Amino acid sequence: MSNMTPISAAAGMPAEPLRRTVRSEIARKMRRHWQLYLLILLPLLYFILFKYVPILGVQIAFKDLSAKAGIWGSPWVGFKHFEAFFNHPNFWLLIKNTLFLSLYTLAVGFPAPIILALMINELRNGMFKRTVQMVTYAPYFISTVVMVSMILLFLAPRIGVIDHIRTALGFDSVNFIGEPSMFKTIFVLSDVWQYMGYSAIIYIAALAGVNPQLYEASKLDGASRLQKIIHIDLPSIMPIMVLLLVLNMGQLLNIGFEKVYLLQNPLNTSASEIISTYVYKVGLVQANYSFSAAVGLFNSLINLLLILLANFGARRATGSGLF
Amino acid sequence: MSDKVLLTFIYIVLIIILAAVLYPLIYIVSSSLSSPQAVVSGRVWLFPVELSLKGYTAVLSNPRIWSGYSNSIFYMCVGTLISVFLTFALAYPLSKKTFYGRSTIMYLIIVTMIFSGGLIPYYLTVKSLGMIDTRWALLLPQAIAVWQVFIAKTFFQESIPDELNEAAEMDGCSDLRFLWSIVLPLSKPVVAVLALMYAVTAWNAYFDALIFLKNVNLYPLQLILREILIQNSVDNSMMVDVRTMEARQGMKDLLKFSLIVVSSLPVLIIYPFVQKHFVKGVMIGSLKG
Repeated sequence: MSNMTPISAAAGMPAEPLRRTVRSEIARKMRRHWQLYLLILLPLLYFILFKYVPILGVQIAFKDLSAKAGIWGSPWVGFKHFEAFFNHPNFWLLIKNTLFLSLYTLAVGFPAPIILALMINELRNGMFKRTVQMVTYAPYFISTVVMVSMILLFLAPRIGVIDHIRTALGFDSVNFIGEPSMFKTIFVLSDVWQYMGYSAIIYIAALAGVNPQLYEASKLDGASRLQKIIHIDLPSIMPIMVLLLVLNMGQLLNIGFEKVYLLQNPLNTSASEIISTYVYKVGLVQANYSFSAAVGLFNSLINLLLILLANFGARRATGSGLF
Repeated sequence: MSDKVLLTFIYIVLIIILAAVLYPLIYIVSSSLSSPQAVVSGRVWLFPVELSLKGYTAVLSNPRIWSGYSNSIFYMCVGTLISVFLTFALAYPLSKKTFYGRSTIMYLIIVTMIFSGGLIPYYLTVKSLGMIDTRWALLLPQAIAVWQVFIAKTFFQESIPDELNEAAEMDGCSDLRFLWSIVLPLSKPVVAVLALMYAVTAWNAYFDALIFLKNVNLYPLQLILREILIQNSVDNSMMVDVRTMEARQGMKDLLKFSLIVVSSLPVLIIYPFVQKHFVKGVMIGSLKG
């Protein structure tokens, strides 16, 4: 199709028949590859059913959902549920907990794999390098349920290993997981433990692709290892860092429901209640669909705004964004 | 800072990281092989104390764990088959430059990555499809991961030359025939990557089961684990010959350690074999997707 246009235009054809030829060319192509269209039908159906129908379903955030009338027949109520959420006594607490938890995760969890990758890149290929990589990837495969139960077992007062160490050193026994002030740190550090190695894979791959001539040139110029890391390694992984940062920004309010929910207990909710756990409890446990759909939509919109902002910022700063 | 100092520093930091990652894993395996008394009194530091298999016998004698295990194996196998098929069926046409409409479809897919309806509309959709409390609820709604589509698409674009397709077409080979007898045999590495990623996700997932399933007989292992490990509900049937409070507590903890090992076993067994593929998959998807 693309190589069609200039030839026919050069032949001096008028515009109207040209458009018709293009269209018939498309139809011809589609007919010839009908099997591919057949193949893609099921996956497309999947996206419509499980991704786009729910997007249409966000209208219940502006309605009072009644079981009898269904999603389409229920009466419109405008921004009632949004107003209720903004005036909710826990509104600011939820926003604060969600934002703080995700910014904290980003601040620690984003640089950690980069530093790990830069360090692994300095090792010569051999047993030690392979061991470090293999061991640090492994925790990624642990399920969230098991991860949380490990945290609970290790931090349990009196019986956990951390508490044994503390009492052996003469400190008091502490119920870490019931302490609201400790919650976010526990969450972030265990996240780093679990995902640091896995997230480093991308950077290690990028570092392996750096042009060796750059290293040779820097050696001739007498650059030290540290200078090499700062002036060659870091700039060469910059595009991926920007890309991942933009993606992470878009997930700021989507911080993992699964782990937070499992780590929650009545003692720490003041620090651990975030938007997604709140939506789950109010919406699905208490069946307050419309109100919690409004909370969820608010969350999705803020995320969308953040990813667009981050993308804009990345474009301004480095000249390349995600889209 | 001289190069030697820097390198020594790097080695020291990496050894500390290595120990910090390994220690909890070793501690869990060692505890699971110790006696209940040793676990509760905190005598386990690194190696098993008073070697015993009591934890494992208690875990294996529980019918709920068996039911969860077999359900999870079912969800993992069938779900992975469905997911790999759908991903393949989507990624292959999208990898063809001659496929009219590919950019529109790509755009529609990327939109779902950055905006979603949220939990409640998702739940109501699945509900209206009549999938609540059926096995379908864990097989279909999360069947395609967009990231995996990118991995597969990049693979096709890089490893299946256009000339091959053109030559086959010239010889009168249909698209599906080409896909079946040329592309599929060439795609073993990417199928391995996709299957592995989907299988691990399916094995570890618990959220969809939490919201969609009420029938205990359909529960995947992760939900059963949640009850025992996190909500602390341990059947008395698992408490064989324990009388004192302390012995009870010891048995409860021991059980958890053994359960963690048993439930992570399938993934940990395949991990060393597939690690290379896995790393490759992450790389294709991220660098060129």
